[in-house]
Amino acid sequence: MNWEFISKYLPLYEKAAWLTLKLGLLGIVLATLVGLLCAAVRYYRIPVLEGIVRIYIEISRNTPLLIQLFFIYYGLPKIGIRTDPASCGVAGLAFLGGSYMAEAFRSGLESVDPIQSETAYALGMSRSQALRFIILPQAAAVSVPAYMANVIFLLKETSVFSAVSLMDLMFTAKDLIGLYYKTTESLAMLVGFYLIILLPVSALGNVLERRLRYAGFGA
Amino acid sequence: MDEVILSVKNLVKRFDDNTILNGISFDVRRGEVIVVLGPSGCGKSTLLRCLNALEPIQGGEIFLNGQAVDSAAKDLTGLRQQIGMVFQSYELFPHMSVLNNILIAPVQVQKRQREEVRAEALQLLERVGLREKQNSFPRELSGGQKQRVAIVRALCMHPEVLLLDEITAALDPEMVREVLDVVLNLAREGKTMLIVTHELSFARAIADRVLFIDGGKIVEQGKPADFFDHPQTERAKQFLRTFEYESVK
Ligand SMILES: Nc1ncnc2c1ncn2[C@@H]1O[C@H](COP(=O)(O)OP(=O)(O)OP(=O)(O)O)[C@@H](O)[C@H]1O
Ligand SMILES: [Mg+2]
Repeated sequence: MNWEFISKYLPLYEKAAWLTLKLGLLGIVLATLVGLLCAAVRYYRIPVLEGIVRIYIEISRNTPLLIQLFFIYYGLPKIGIRTDPASCGVAGLAFLGGSYMAEAFRSGLESVDPIQSETAYALGMSRSQALRFIILPQAAAVSVPAYMANVIFLLKETSVFSAVSLMDLMFTAKDLIGLYYKTTESLAMLVGFYLIILLPVSALGNVLERRLRYAGFGA
Repeated sequence: MDEVILSVKNLVKRFDDNTILNGISFDVRRGEVIVVLGPSGCGKSTLLRCLNALEPIQGGEIFLNGQAVDSAAKDLTGLRQQIGMVFQSYELFPHMSVLNNILIAPVQVQKRQREEVRAEALQLLERVGLREKQNSFPRELSGGQKQRVAIVRALCMHPEVLLLDEITAALDPEMVREVLDVVLNLAREGKTMLIVTHELSFARAIADRVLFIDGGKIVEQGKPADFFDHPQTERAKQFLRTFEYESVK
């Protein structure tokens, strides 16, 4: 292990890690919004939109992120939409993650027995009150494990960002290997930084899950 | 005691082309306790669900204090606040403590002061013997305890009329009593109630009037003593016989 090499290029990795994290989180936020929207469309069985959402989910879940990114990066400019690598990466993550998030939220919503909302209505609650006080808290608890698994999955998927020439962690590692043949050091730093990003997220997921288990569920 | 609170006129309820209720009419007066009886599947639960517009109706009218109840009513939430409902499966909110289960609707829907409702809730819990369970979660309670909480939750809304749908049907026999005692006390205090039950001796003790439904119609109605001891129709006689066992020895 060449420690000199490592300390020399550590700042480069650090920069790349911040970029990966920033774009990853942005993508996850957007994926969450897309997921909420799609889950609502499917839960309330909104005509027409429901069909569109279904098709989107199938396409999104059954194609690799790499290909989705290529479509966005090389395809969109052909129809006159200009893109830069960063927004491509974020958009790709949102496109891929949206469907996974939608399924996580939908399974949460559907785990709440309809008679729970009827009970809320019988107590005089409006639809939005029933949603806010009764359905969403229960649905969220069920969705959290799947949601956190998706967050980790999406953060790992950022490793294909380099394909649209984003200077992310993967790009940096490949670059250094190509230039200096320091494969071991470059890969060690790559793995190290991904672990630094992902381990805390994993830990957070575990804490949340345990909290929810103790929250008094399971009537 | 003569004021009509709830008035049902010619109610028709269909699921697709399956007619469940076919012209049901009756009035509920203030302070009256009505027990609805009938064979399984005759539409008792459906009737109660129509009364607070959980089911749309296909014909007839329902009036609560003169206001029309239907799923398109302008002030549906306001109407529902005046009709308390307790389900067979309790349906406590599993993510809330006992106290919050009771407080959520009075505080959020009726915008009453939390402290005021809390005091009332604790008093009611005391009366059903569950004051010390106020901070428990539903999963920590027995079925009978859950059902008593569900009753308190409905009562805290100060409904004009309480609808109880087979509230002991899911309970172990030894818990039935503790729940029915609560209901008997409510009747003593003059609560207006519409009760669906298969507990015949309870029905007999509590009812001012029995409605017997079969084939989508009210086949027979009357005072419990008359209904149970001298049923007039063949179908009522047959229904009552299903509760009897003959010695096999
Ligand atoms: N949502 C629904 N869609 C279609 N049919 C329904 C629906 N709900 C109830 N039914 C039918 O309506 C009929 C009456 O059901 P209901 O639950 O009101 O009967 P019940 O008198 O309460 O019976 P039980 O004593 O078993 O509780 C049944 O034949 C049932 O299959
Ligand atoms: Mg029923």
